[in-house]
Parts: sequence; structure tokens; C-alpha cells
Amino acid sequence: MATATPALTGTSASADTATTSATPGGWRRARPWAMPLIGLGVSLAFLWPYLVMLLGAFRPSSDVVQTPASVLPRVWKWTTFPEVLGDERFLAWLRTSVVVALASTAIVVVVAIPAAYFTARFRFRGRMAFLFLVLVTQMFSPTSLVVGIYREFFTVNLVNTYLALILTNAAFNLAFAIWILHGFFASIPRELEEASELDGCGRVGTLWRVMLPLTLPGLVTATIFTFIAAWNEYVVALTLMLDDSRKPLTVGINSYVTGYEQNWDQLFGASLIAIVPVVILFALIEKHLVGGLTSGAVK
Amino acid sequence: MALLWLAPALLLILGVVVWPAVELVRASLARFSITGLNKGSAGLDNYRNVLANESLGTVLANTVVWVVAVVALTILISLGLAQFLTKDFWGRRFVRWAVIVPWAASLVITARLFSLIYSYYYGTLNAVLLKLHLVHTPVDFLGNDRWIMPSMVAVGVFVSIPFTAYVFVAGLNAIPTDVYEAARIDGASPWKIWRLITLPLLRPAILVATVLNMIYVFNSFPIIYTLNESNPGFAHDTTITFMYKLAFKSAEKDVGQSAAAGLFNVCLILVAVLVYLRVSRWREEES
Repeated sequence: MATATPALTGTSASADTATTSATPGGWRRARPWAMPLIGLGVSLAFLWPYLVMLLGAFRPSSDVVQTPASVLPRVWKWTTFPEVLGDERFLAWLRTSVVVALASTAIVVVVAIPAAYFTARFRFRGRMAFLFLVLVTQMFSPTSLVVGIYREFFTVNLVNTYLALILTNAAFNLAFAIWILHGFFASIPRELEEASELDGCGRVGTLWRVMLPLTLPGLVTATIFTFIAAWNEYVVALTLMLDDSRKPLTVGINSYVTGYEQNWDQLFGASLIAIVPVVILFALIEKHLVGGLTSGAVK
Repeated sequence: MALLWLAPALLLILGVVVWPAVELVRASLARFSITGLNKGSAGLDNYRNVLANESLGTVLANTVVWVVAVVALTILISLGLAQFLTKDFWGRRFVRWAVIVPWAASLVITARLFSLIYSYYYGTLNAVLLKLHLVHTPVDFLGNDRWIMPSMVAVGVFVSIPFTAYVFVAGLNAIPTDVYEAARIDGASPWKIWRLITLPLLRPAILVATVLNMIYVFNSFPIIYTLNESNPGFAHDTTITFMYKLAFKSAEKDVGQSAAAGLFNVCLILVAVLVYLRVSRWREEES
């Protein structure tokens, strides 16, 4: 792959002068177009299953399950997305997913900020015990506790409600948010706060006007992570949401392909509609993602 | 005072994490009818039944293979990928977005997608392999005992790479560039630079990525549950799907036994993480 074209060498003196001195001259000339090519290969390695999915949404289900299999549709079908978007069941699942993900995220943000700020700033009795409790919940997954979760919500009569899903998602994503924000709060110099308090801001005012803007990258990372985790949650919803119209997308769309009906086109169309908002969210915070992970988790 | 700031978090943790954990312990000590009615105390019978379950050995072996294979492959591939993603080249932004997609897609959607891609009759993978003459007859990826675990591991690695690679990208970005300059002036080869500078400085990131991946992969449910759906019994289950099937899918629907298995799971992952942390710290002190 690394044979150089003379025509391209003129433009090759680009950003990465750092590595070139130690590498052979042929690679230096090939690099400007070889790297994007490898990049394309890497992208395809991660995208190909979803391209199969996209093609699957544009062919009738009968063409998906026909032997021999073919990569490209033999028959094209353009009505899948309107069909899915017009499907009452799909809209109900979508509503559950949106409500549950938004509400869980809001709860996590409101609950994690004071806890992270307080534990990062003050030494008090039980601080270590609290942080340890948070760390342990990070290791518990709703999956291994699912029997207990079901029994709890059965006892308080919340099976089949949004509230049960919202509380579960919020509780199990809280630890990550507290840890990330804790790291950010701890890294802010204390003098900044003292100055703000001298200027007459109360504790809450300081937190709101001085500290929060400085922790924005961490806050964005924690928020998006929670939203995505709640949006993609499966096991608890599978167990708690028995009523078809109250299922979230992750559980609901499985009823497009069962032993009784096989609508692969609709399953794929609905899946793509579920994936696209998350990919956009992720792409928007891609830069923060790296910064947020460094300060919160890696250091 | 402290309570005011911590109360909401405490309430949420106690109410939705600790309470179910207590319920799980209580359920593991009780006897249940097939419809889930509590029929009184069972003592330690549920634990005994789990330990005596004839599939337990297979399930534990599957779990070890699954976690070790997925985490090791993920870390290795992500190290290379992160190295590539921190280079400057045209289109890097797009490549980074593409790498995010399997992370953004819900696991159950990706698993469902792969159950079709792997399919013996309609699978795209078999179609491509046949066309390239790499195989003569379709491979039964999800039905053949030899193929199912590697097939599931491949999907597990595929969905774990994005997060891991991003942790490593963050770690690589945190390494100051002048360290590299100095090494290069001293005439160190690229491989030597990577082994003696990059790798040691990336240690904290590798540690975090390994621990988090161990937890995620161990607890991973949708991939195995979906890809292994058509196979009866517990031959290809890990402890997580084993536990779920005991309560909700098996002939007995034994809530008590499933709760006991759930507690084993919690202990297993705690011990695994502690052992890993212990071993890696021990090596650090030695070197």
C-alpha cells in the first residue's frame, strides 16, 4: 500500500513532521494519501454491520430471508421508514425511550452535582464510606440484581411504570457521574471559590456561577453517558415492562421479528431511527468525550 | 449539613441499589412456587442447588473464556487503534465518528443484527465467504458448538473497542510531546519509544480500561442472550444469562435459585476486579 506517487509528493510536507524523521522516505511520500485510505478501511470495519442494516431497511423482509443470501437487495423497497414512523406501536416505544432517558438524565445531573461537589470540597465523617458506597454501586449491574429489582418494584406496585425504569436508570448511572464530576471539582483551585465568596456569593451561588461553568466538559460527558445508557438499557425494561405499549425501543422493536411475524425491514428501520440520535449526540461531544474521560476516569 | 448535599444521592442508592440487593439476598433464602409465590424459608437449599447444578461447570468455564478473550482482544486492538486515531491525517474526524457507532448503538440492536449476519440460511457473512470461495458450504456460526463462542466473542470485542479506544486516546493525549522529542534526539527506535515511554505512561489508562471492561463484559447480557437464543440448555451461557434463564426462562422458573446465582455473580465480579487490581499493583512495585 505504501508505494509513493511522485505527483503527490509536493504536498506531503504536512502537519506530522514529528514522525517523519524516524521513518523511511517512501512512507513520508505515501503518508498523505495512505493514512486517509487506512482510515477509510478502519471506518468500514466499524460501519459495515450498520450498512448491512441500512440495506436491510430498503428491501422487503421476504428478500432478507431468502436463500441464497445476497448482500445487495434483489428487490428495493422505499416505504419502510414511513411505515415505521406511522406505526402506533413504534411511536409508543419511542415515547417511552425519550421520556425515560430524559427523566433519568435529569435526575442524575441534579443528584450528582451536589454530592460530587460536597465530597470533593469538604472533609467530613463518613466521606470515605459514602465514596466507597458509590464505587461499589459502579460494580453492581442492574443485570445481576434484576431479580431483586423486580421484587422491589412488585412490592411497591410499580411494575410496568415509567417511574420504575427512570429510578433504576438514574440509580445505576449515578456512580459514574459522581466520579467524573468529583474529579473535576477537585481539580479547581480553592482560591477561586474563596474569591467568589468574598465577592458575596453564597455557597450555592458559588457552585452555580463559578464551579459549574468550569466543570462543563465533565458535566457534558456525564450527561450524555447517562442519556445513552438509559436509552440503550435492555434487561430491566425487558423484565419490568410487560405491557407492550409501555416498552422502550430496545425491547419493543424485537416484536417486529418473532416466531409469528418476520418484519426484518421494519426491525432495521426502527433500529436505525433508535441509533441515529445517539450517534449525533456522541459526534457533538466527541471533543469533550476525550477531555472528560481524561480528567474524570484516567487521572 | 453534609446530609443536605448527599441526601438525594443516598436516597437513590439506598432505594434502588441497596434495596434490590437486600431483596436478592432474601429471595435467595426463600422457596418459591413456579408462579413466584413465596412459600417460606429454604435455608441454604438454593445455594446448594446452584452449586449442584450440572451445568455450573460449563457455565463458569464459558464465563472465563468470554471475559478473558473479549477483554484481552479489546485491549490489544484498541491500543493499536488509539495510536492510529491520534495521528494527524485528512478525514480523522470522520474515522473517529465511525468508531463511535457500535458504542452508540444499543447492544441488543447490534446483537440482533449479528444474529442475522451470522445466520446459516440468510446470513450476509456466509454469502460473502461463499462468494470469495473461502468456504464451500455455509458455516453454522450460531448452531455449531465449535463456532458459537468465537462468534459471540467477535461481537463482544466489536462493541467494546470504541469505549476502550477512546480511553486510550485520552491517555495518549495526556502524554506531553517533549518526552517523545527527547527520546528521538537520543536516537531511540519507534518500537523502543513505544515500549519504554508510551506503554508505561499509558498504564493508568490501561488499568481503568481493563477494570471497566471486565465489569461491562462480565455483566454483558444481550449478546449472549440473543445470539445463543436458538440453542437449548446452558451449554453456551455465561453466569449472567444462566442466572436470568433460571428465573424467567427455564422449565422450573426458580426465583430462589436465580437469586442465589445472582449473588454468586456479584461476588465473582468483586473478587475478579480485586484480584486484577492486586496483581497489577504488585507488578508496579516490582518494576
